[in-house]
This record gives sequence, C-alpha cells and structure tokens, in this order.
Amino acid sequence: MSVPLLSVSGVKSFYGSIMALKGVDIEIAEGEIVSLIGANGAGKSTLMMTISGNPRAREGRITFAGQDITRLETHEIARLRIAQSPEGRRIFPRMTVLENLQMGAEIDRARHFEEDLARVTKLFPRLRERLTQRGGTLSGGEQQMLAIARALMSRPRLLMLDEPSLGLAPIIVRQIFDAIRELNRREGMTIFLVEQNAYHALRLAHRGYVMVNGVITMQGTGHELLERPEIRAAYLEGGRH
Amino acid sequence: MAGGQHQPIGVLGAALDACKTALLAFGLCVPIVLLRTDQDISNQLILVPRPGLTLALVAIAFASRFIWLLAADWHGRRPARVARVPVLAGMTLSPEAARRFAVGGLIFLFAYPMLSLALVGPAGSIKWIDNFGIQILIYVMLGWGLNIVVGLAGLLDLGYVAFYAVGAYAYALLASNDVVKDFMAELIGPWFWPAWGFWICLPVAGILAAFWGIILGFPVLRLRGDYLAIVTLAFGEIIRLILINWVDVTGGYAGISGIPRPSFFGLPFNATEDGFAATFGLEFTPLHRTIFLFYLILVLALITNVVTIRLRRLPVGRAWEALREDEIACRSLGINTTNTKLTAFAIGAGFGGFAGAFFAARQNFISPESFTFLESAVILAIVVLGGMGSQIGVAIAAIAMIGGTELLRELEWLKHIFGADFDPTQYRMLLFGLAMVIIMIWRPRGLIANRQPTLFLATRRAISGDLVKEGHG
Repeated sequence: MSVPLLSVSGVKSFYGSIMALKGVDIEIAEGEIVSLIGANGAGKSTLMMTISGNPRAREGRITFAGQDITRLETHEIARLRIAQSPEGRRIFPRMTVLENLQMGAEIDRARHFEEDLARVTKLFPRLRERLTQRGGTLSGGEQQMLAIARALMSRPRLLMLDEPSLGLAPIIVRQIFDAIRELNRREGMTIFLVEQNAYHALRLAHRGYVMVNGVITMQGTGHELLERPEIRAAYLEGGRH
Repeated sequence: MAGGQHQPIGVLGAALDACKTALLAFGLCVPIVLLRTDQDISNQLILVPRPGLTLALVAIAFASRFIWLLAADWHGRRPARVARVPVLAGMTLSPEAARRFAVGGLIFLFAYPMLSLALVGPAGSIKWIDNFGIQILIYVMLGWGLNIVVGLAGLLDLGYVAFYAVGAYAYALLASNDVVKDFMAELIGPWFWPAWGFWICLPVAGILAAFWGIILGFPVLRLRGDYLAIVTLAFGEIIRLILINWVDVTGGYAGISGIPRPSFFGLPFNATEDGFAATFGLEFTPLHRTIFLFYLILVLALITNVVTIRLRRLPVGRAWEALREDEIACRSLGINTTNTKLTAFAIGAGFGGFAGAFFAARQNFISPESFTFLESAVILAIVVLGGMGSQIGVAIAAIAMIGGTELLRELEWLKHIFGADFDPTQYRMLLFGLAMVIIMIWRPRGLIANRQPTLFLATRRAISGDLVKEGHG
C-alpha cells in the first residue's frame, strides 16, 4: 500500500476516565472504501469522532494527507475536507433541503454550488424532488441521503459515514449502499464506513476492520473477513441479512 | 379538552366538581388573601381580615369551573369536527403576505405622528407618540436585537438588559462628560459637541455594548442551554449591581440626570433663534422633539431589521440558524462555532446598546431601576411570543405586550368599579403570564412560527440537464 490518506496510530481516547479506544491503528488509502464493523459500544463511532477531533485523542497520532491533525479543532479538521455524516444524521430540521446542502458547501465557499448540487441530486434523485422541503419533514431514508449529500457538498477528500443504515428499511439500505459504491467507482471517493450491518458493509468495502472493546481485533479485505468463521458467527449468523 | 369521546358530566357532576375547585381556591386563599398584614396608627403590625375578597375569589373559581365544564359538555355532545384547530393556528405568513404586511406597517408607522396629530391634536398626541409609539419601538428594536441571539443563534440570554444598560450608561457618561466636551471644544470648536455629541456617542455606545457582548461571550459560550441562561442572568445582575454600587461614576441609585438630548443634526430643539423651530419658521413646541425621537427610533429599529435580514442570507447568518438546529453537525461541517456564537452575541448586544443610548437620550435621566431582570424577561417574552426568529412576529408581540401595558394605564374607569385603590397596571404581569400560557397552548412556537428559507432555486438555472450528465466531481 502506498502512503495512506488517513493514518491512525496508537490512538487512545477517553470519555472522562473511561478508555473507549485502547490503542487503535488503522489506515485508509486514497480511493478505498474501508469499513469498520463491531458490536454496540465497541468504540466504532468514538473512533470516527476522534478522527474529527471530538473527543481528542489523548495518546497516539492521526495524520491526514501527511499532516498531523491530532490536536486540531473539529472545524479545522473539517476544513481539510474530511467530511462526516454523523451518527443519527443530524440534519438541520427547520432548514430546507437546499439550505442544508448549502451549509455543507460552506467549506468550499459555495464556489461549485450548482455543479455539486447537480452531482448529489443525481446520486440521490429523491432529494431533487424535496429541495424546498424542510429537512425535518423528510423520511428517515431521505434524511440519511441528505446527510450524505450535505457531507459531499464540501468536496471531501475523505468521506466518513457513521451507520448510514441505522433504522432504515432494507430497500433503502440497499439504495444508500449502492450510492456509496457508485460514488467510489465513479469519482474515486475515499470512504470510511462505520457499520453494524456487517454483511453489507464488508461486501461493499475494499478492506475492513473489526473492533471489539476499543481494540482492532481483525483486519483484511472485505471478502476475507466475510469468509472468516468467527465473523460469521459473531456478526452474520445471528441475524439473517 | 372535550375530545370526541368526552363523557358528558351533567349539571350535577359539574356542580360537584366546581365545589371541589372552590374548596381548593378557598384553601389557597386562606393563607394568601384572607389575612393582610398592615400597620395601625401606632406602627403596630395588625392583621386585617378580608372575608369579602376571599369569598369573591372562591365564587369566581366556582363559577368559572362550573361554566367551563358545562361548556365542555356541550362541545362534547356535538359531532366531533374534523379539524379542531384554533383560528390562530392558521397564522403562517406566506412571503407575499409578510411583504404586504411589512409595507403597510411601514407606511402606517411613517404616517403615525401626523395621524395622531390630526386625530387628537397637539396636546393629546404627545401621549400617543411618546408613550405608545416610541416606547413600543424601543422594545421592537430590543426584541429584534435579542432575536439575533435567541431566535436565530438559539442562545438563551436572560441578561440582555445588561447590554441595554451598558449602552444607556455609555451614552449618558460620554455625552455629559465635561472632559470630553472641553476636549472637543478645543479640537473643533465649542459648537461641535452640543450639536453632534449625540451622533458620535450613539455608535460608540453601541460598539461598547457589542464589546461587552464579546467579553461576556468568551467565557460563557462553552456553556449550553440552561447553564448559559443562568450565567447570562447573573451577568445582567452583576451589571446592575455595579451600576448601583459604583456611585462615583454612575451615581448609584440616584442615577444620572441632565443627559444631553439629541439635536436635529446640529439644530437644538429649543425656543432660541438658532433652534429647530426658528430655523424652519415653525412655532416652537416640544412636540417637535418627540416626533423627531419617534422617527429616530423608527430608523434605528429599521436598521436593526434590515441588518438582521441581510445577515440571515450571509454565511454567518446561515451558520447562526444551523447552530440553533444542531451544534455538532455545524462543527463537522467546518463551522467555527465559538466565533459564530460570539458574532451573534456581539451583534445582538450592539443593537441593545444602540437602543440603550437612545433610551438615555430620550429619558434625559437614567437609573439602575430601568435595567432590572424584569426588562430582560419582557424582551425575552416578546421574542418567544413573537416566534423565535420571526421579525414580524417579534414586532407584533412588542406591540401587544408594551402597547397592552400602556393601554392598562388607560383603564382608569375601572376604579369606579373596584375602588380607588385599584391600579390596573399592577395586573400587568398577571396578563403577561396569561398571554404566555395561551400562546404556548395555541402556538407553541410563537405567533409566527414559520421560518422563511433564505435560499431559493433560480428555477431556470436549476440543475440543467447538461450539468447532470457531466457527473464529474
């Protein structure tokens, strides 16, 4: 692997005195889809939030495109074009879809607004019909699409998605994962995906990591991980997908 | 109340229920109303029983409950209507309606002094222009200023009056300061400061208030919600206590009097030869100043409004609104939340300072009594009642709240019914409370709850086909 776009090494992260990440190492290369799977409370979201600088890593080092971002503020990290679709979507409910997207374009100073708008509405045609609607009136799936589209408006170099399938119907989940795949194929977008839905996440990913209790326990290509019996036992057999 | 499945209670049941209510009212009235402590001629504390009043209140409680229940009964028997929405709930302003309302309101406001002059004559109109017009417009401006902080940025500020006070005292101290006056007399000429002092002190007062907004903002804006509210509340009190206790500078409780009044761009409002009236060949009357002050505060309020509307369309204004909606999402979108909050705080405080400076110039006298927590509460109530973030809603709420208070003063005739001791303005807070409760039931998001989007698609240019096909990124 060439020089990774994002590299996390030896990162420890705390909530108060509780250590949530106990020395995590991951790498994401340009143009890759990397999935991080694990059970509830394993620390997946914490890792994503730590990359975003909230909470900051207490130990270890995070570099992005060769720059150390461990100590940067959240908004400074975002300005380096690391876009995040946070857990629970967190769209702006009283603002229209269009305004939500505009907020996403703020980093880019809205220089390519119309072009990017065309790009994300092509990816999620549902949003095009909803542009003047308030974010809070969208369905869960549309809100998730909006959250991803909003993140894309900043023209990110790295797109981080936290549980995009959470609480969505299987058909919507498939639509969203298709969009993610298309994004990567067509635009070469680098994507870091945190998921509980291990089957979908690993099938989509070039590489995957498995996290248990704040430690990375396994890694490999998506297919390798899907074949592993322990993964099948822990994350796949329990619930049919 | 009174849904489709309402069980009829009957007259007897209603009477029984009302009896319980009356009993409850009686229980409440015994400690609060029945006995009043008073002093007799020899300054001894005595208890004055008031059985009549107590009985009257209990009777009112009984009657209201009884009628309420019967009315509900009657409602319940009728077939359930599809939409049982109160009339007010339909009040969402479309952009066109809002524009028409704003234009009509503006024309009315600019004609208002002339109208009142024509209708009630010079003697009667001073009350209408000053007590109603100017007073309401000050609160409209304060409401709009606070609306930036509370309505747009979503930061609950319970100490807004502190900035109002900073503006007022900054103006009062600067404008009546002899050192400044002498300095200016030497620098430019003795005519300068009396003529133009107001116009220099006004922006300075606003800037100072904005500066205080930043000073307060730095430490407290890490806090959120309730904690921010408590700290701002304390800040408001601190400013007031400083004003009371720093007697050398602020005059303590006595306040500052003899504050220079504003001039008409250099022409003073007095009966002298080079006064406003003489210059324009008019007969001197103090009404000129009142009318001038009216237009001045009208313009100041309009500036606040225009700036707010413009800011909403700029990145900083959008960031305020996004911040109100979701702070974490804002940060992950690269918005510096600390700076965004600080600008909201500083700009809101600045407008409060402008209003304060105007207030000081109009009153000619200020004291800490004008800057109590009650003022903060009233301004906040205006913003909340009006609908957070809605400019027109805030203006309507200010008219209702402040105009309503002034109207209470007009109810002198009530004294004939309730006795000479009855002062309707004492019931102001009761009515505010009632208005709040009613609004929160009918319109939980305020009078005008719909938020106007700030971004529209230019329909023709929107996502043209060739752009869609391009698909690069």
